[in-house]
Amino acid sequence: MAAKKLNMRKRYELLTRGIGWETSYQKMDDVFPYDTFEGIKITDWDKWEDPFRLTMDAYWKFQAEKEKKLYAIIDSFAQNNGQTNLADASYLSAIKLFITGVTPLEYAAHHGFAHLGRHFRGEGARVACQMQAIDELRHAQTQIHTISHYNKHFTGLHDPFYQSDRVWYLSVPKSFGEDALSAGPFEFITSISFAFEYVLTNLLFVPFMSGAAYNGDMATTTFGFSAQSDESRHMTLGLEIIKFMLEQHEDNLPIIQGWIDKHFWRAYRVLALVSAMQDYMLTNTPMSWKEAWDIYFVENGGALFEDLGRYGLKMPKHHELATAEAEHLSHQVWSVFCALGNATGFHTFEPSDEKMDWLSEKYPNTFDKYYRPRFEHWKKQKEDGTFEYLASLPQLCQVCQIPMIFTEVKTDPMQLSFRNTKFKGDNYHFCSDGCKDIFENEPEKYVQAWLPVHQIFQGNCGGATIPEVLKWYKFEPEDGGDYFDSQDFRRWQEWHGKDEPAKTGSDN
Amino acid sequence: MAIVAKDGYIDFVRDKVENFHGNQLVLVSWDDHLLFCAAQAFPLPPEMPFAALVSEVIPSVFNWHDEFKDIDWAKTQWNLDGEAFSPDMDKSLAENGVEHKSLIRFKTPGLTGLNGTRI
Repeated sequence: MAAKKLNMRKRYELLTRGIGWETSYQKMDDVFPYDTFEGIKITDWDKWEDPFRLTMDAYWKFQAEKEKKLYAIIDSFAQNNGQTNLADASYLSAIKLFITGVTPLEYAAHHGFAHLGRHFRGEGARVACQMQAIDELRHAQTQIHTISHYNKHFTGLHDPFYQSDRVWYLSVPKSFGEDALSAGPFEFITSISFAFEYVLTNLLFVPFMSGAAYNGDMATTTFGFSAQSDESRHMTLGLEIIKFMLEQHEDNLPIIQGWIDKHFWRAYRVLALVSAMQDYMLTNTPMSWKEAWDIYFVENGGALFEDLGRYGLKMPKHHELATAEAEHLSHQVWSVFCALGNATGFHTFEPSDEKMDWLSEKYPNTFDKYYRPRFEHWKKQKEDGTFEYLASLPQLCQVCQIPMIFTEVKTDPMQLSFRNTKFKGDNYHFCSDGCKDIFENEPEKYVQAWLPVHQIFQGNCGGATIPEVLKWYKFEPEDGGDYFDSQDFRRWQEWHGKDEPAKTGSDN
Repeated sequence: MAIVAKDGYIDFVRDKVENFHGNQLVLVSWDDHLLFCAAQAFPLPPEMPFAALVSEVIPSVFNWHDEFKDIDWAKTQWNLDGEAFSPDMDKSLAENGVEHKSLIRFKTPGLTGLNGTRI
């Protein structure tokens, strides 16, 4: 008689819960040494519910189908010279920032989830983390494969992983990932799965993927879709782990609240880079950073925390400041990239007149008043041939590692926000109360921070001059600088039958 | 609050002054001139006279701004690590109380950025 076909629930039970056992030769605490020291109390791992009930065999099947579709589209994009149909080659700055800033973070997340996939005591949670580990690896891989086509035609895409470990602005996402990776497993999953993927991921993926679609980048749009069903599984895992921990023991609440406060702020600061990408790098922008923040954080995030209020969880600390900063963030970040545009691995450019008008419309309270003057000043200097890049190194925040460019948006938006503290006799500086709080809760961790500017002055980055440091970063001379002076721009003009550049930038 | 760690925690400070080859890190910011985006970092010997900070170090970067040439240093207001202070130009940075990773801010009355826009 043929074996009876099992229903999905039964299969899930056998293929996840059925693979665990109570050890007898070794103590369980020795086999799973990492899941208790953080103070999270789990009384019954069997209470873990996986809403997707995905088993490994089904997982392989789904993922293989998605891969097949993705690679068919990537091939056809390459064969049809899809790169020529972009809105503009300046759009590639966003792709360059993505492959150097985000893709290595996907790869780091793979490490973290592989660790959890071994070290969580409950087998349901272990299996979910194992799948996510493979997802993250797949995302890094498909991003590399998709973007490698652009690497044949454009500058600045050649060494993303090498640069992730070295470049001044890439230390922002890298240090966030390492902050989570060097924590215990429950803090790691709260950081990546909840704070980043559940609360904030839409702010990365929606603008990036719909931005790609708006700018003719079908290759990137496709890998976005290919990752999307994984992301919704990851978000569900993020919410499930939070609820699971909160339901297991009341002592877990203050620990989890602390982690949410910390990792919300850490992840939000990483997204400052995304805000500039969204408002300035995208040629055609589907929505402004402020609009995205209002929808995805203020509305959706607000509803989420209202729902979680029944567990006693509150909105992450300093969320009001993040909302107040929404009218300033992208302008402040893009300004620093424009001023230091000879030290970036992508091209910078002042917004076009149409873009400035769009920014005025989207940011009626701030753009004309605070930010338009600096872009117009630099634009005029470039027209006059007097523009020079700022040849110096900025002060960095000890925690988020972003140059200390943020201002007192609630009281005086033209006053830089300086926070500092002393620890064991040394001075430490922060861009915000959020970053200062994080430091003061765990100073022993952040005094180890590898701050790119300080490393240059300690002689660990190839030399004392900017050209030496850029060489050590493997930035080729054609990678940075003004877009209108670039090889990418000239090539774009040639493809589109325009002999002379429509517009020239500075001599720098 | 002490850090929560599995097996103790290493005691390691990456930016000790000893790692800067005889220099200390000094951070300098010009208020109301946000074209600079952030304070600027300089590795400087603690025995450097404050006058050299003003005559050599600050101009090397801050002359990037059109208003720099109009600064009247006699009228400049100084702030060290959050406190107003009057530097003694002939004394060293260290003697003036400038520590490793001190933040020096200066304000230039009458100069408030391009067209008064604080940039």
